[in-house]
Amino acid sequence: MHRNHVLIAMDAHTIAQGARSVRDALKRELEMASLSNEVKVVETGSLGIYNKGVVLVVFPDDVYYAGVKIEDVSEIIAEHFIKGRVVERLRYTDIPEAEEVKEVGAAPRFGKQVRVVLKNAGVIDPESIDEYIAHDGYEALGKALTEMKPDDVIDEVKKSGLQGRGGAFFPTGLKWSFAAAEESDQKYIICNADEGEPGTFKDRLILEGDPHCVIEGMVLAGYAVGATQGYVYIRGEYRMSIDRLNRAIKQARANGLLGENIFDSGFSFDLEVREGAGAYICGEETALIESIEGKRGEPRDKPPFPPSVGLWGKPTIVNNVETLANIPQILLRGSDWYRAMGTEKSPGTKVFTMVGNINNPGLIEVPMGITLREIIYDIGHGIPGGKGFKLAQMGGTTGGILTEEHLDLPMTVESLREIGAGLGSGALLVVDDRQDVVELVENFVEFFDHESCGKCTLCREGNGRLLELLRRINNGKGRLQDLDLMEDLAMTMMKGAFCGLGQAAPIPILGCLKYFRDDFVKKIETAETALAA
Amino acid sequence: MKTLADLRAIKEKAKQEMAAREQSATYRISVAMGTCGIAAGARNVMSAILDEMSKRGVQDTSVSQTGCLGYCDQEPMVQVTGADKNTITYGKVTPEIARSIIADHVQGGKVLTENVFNMS
Repeated sequence: MHRNHVLIAMDAHTIAQGARSVRDALKRELEMASLSNEVKVVETGSLGIYNKGVVLVVFPDDVYYAGVKIEDVSEIIAEHFIKGRVVERLRYTDIPEAEEVKEVGAAPRFGKQVRVVLKNAGVIDPESIDEYIAHDGYEALGKALTEMKPDDVIDEVKKSGLQGRGGAFFPTGLKWSFAAAEESDQKYIICNADEGEPGTFKDRLILEGDPHCVIEGMVLAGYAVGATQGYVYIRGEYRMSIDRLNRAIKQARANGLLGENIFDSGFSFDLEVREGAGAYICGEETALIESIEGKRGEPRDKPPFPPSVGLWGKPTIVNNVETLANIPQILLRGSDWYRAMGTEKSPGTKVFTMVGNINNPGLIEVPMGITLREIIYDIGHGIPGGKGFKLAQMGGTTGGILTEEHLDLPMTVESLREIGAGLGSGALLVVDDRQDVVELVENFVEFFDHESCGKCTLCREGNGRLLELLRRINNGKGRLQDLDLMEDLAMTMMKGAFCGLGQAAPIPILGCLKYFRDDFVKKIETAETALAA
Repeated sequence: MKTLADLRAIKEKAKQEMAAREQSATYRISVAMGTCGIAAGARNVMSAILDEMSKRGVQDTSVSQTGCLGYCDQEPMVQVTGADKNTITYGKVTPEIARSIIADHVQGGKVLTENVFNMS
């Protein structure tokens, strides 16, 4: 038993800022002060505080320290742990007040944030299965395996209205029912953790902060559709997620939560990690399946869809990390509880990563239906340097363009679909009024040109030609008719490209041409005038 | 693990360890740890308290430390605050008395009258 627990955030951001050496110094100096049996150092996932260096929280005092360096450790120990005085110099106070949760079973709130998927991130030690279990972990699995039939599980997920959080927002329960209806000697569950969308890092932080909830979600999915084997396909660059996931899988096996006859129910399920090699296209589910099979990552013809013919020709469910992380909560607390959050057509919460020109970038979880204004100005604390808002791109590089007129639009699947945008992967890029839109678009297209797998002509050539046109405009050699040419090409790609990559790549280009055509025109005309003079 | 009961057993044990992070404890124990307190043996008192709590599986109780209370000759001093917000202050606490505080006061609800520090 310990009197104090010090939680140190260990995610890729804090580690880059020296969290490991601070942790080591903390442990060493606590040992030297003979306090290691009184003060416990616990590593946890992201605490949601960014760009503030290494972050610690001391419990039960609930004191946050930010920007902690190795040389500060001895002061924290001497002052806080020996004398009981807070080191004000390092104290971080910009913590949104956690609202008193009156309703039984309600999700914890942090200001406008509601945490379902992230409820354990920054709260538990992700390397300890016991701490996950202490926070209701594996209880949903126990309940489902001992009290529910597979069809009941699918029904509950269907009733919850959960939609796939990878970006397509396909109803998860419906997808499961397709695979469940297939007769097959073998079915598979794949967790898509090949998070390649620029600016998106939610899946990484979910896996780093709470790997067991994804494992539990996968076992539940397996039980629901009758699959016994799972794969987590994860970006090879996500070293820490891979390590934590592998450790969590080992712990789950040791506790009988993966393997043969789980909870004495006769149901068996096991899973393995497969690392991706850095291709954006492998986030597309059929290209991902090809990659697991050891082939070149190229999309397959659809239909048949993976729930009928997937990995090695067997029925396969591919779900995103965040989707699976929602599953245990839905089964434990029920679909009504889940539907109470968000809107009628878009229930639940969504995890967003905020990047770009914003004061408080990082990872947030909010109920569906929140407005862009609330996200940017209330949670994100607005745009730095008092600059104006120019545009936001919602959903990663393939995301739609949102402008001032959309600031009060509720962020739901249906409202964004209406204006030709989408929630996508949940990356929110905020751009202030100093930025050059034409250069921004060139940057997007450069990415697609590089990541196009080359299988179909429209995507391979289309992105290449778009890039040429944009470079020409940015180099002062553009012509006004280039804009129509770009639009025409973009529309053709949207209609004719083989897979989601080529179909979605033109979305931000068309969006920028629609809302900021003047910027393009001005750039072309300024260059023409300069040339003439 | 084969049953929900097995799972709940792990859960209870893990929750007890994690209870140190809660602020909503019924009892809050604070050990005075100024220079005077430490010199008089407050560190051993603290260890005894934590050890006894873990032996007895005491939950819902947080332990913290505080500075000198201004009665240096009465150190080591331990304060116990109950749910009713009443604080009992003990003086000249030995590790043995500390263990009794956990057993009798925190668990049994009975104040150790003869060890209570009387300010008058």
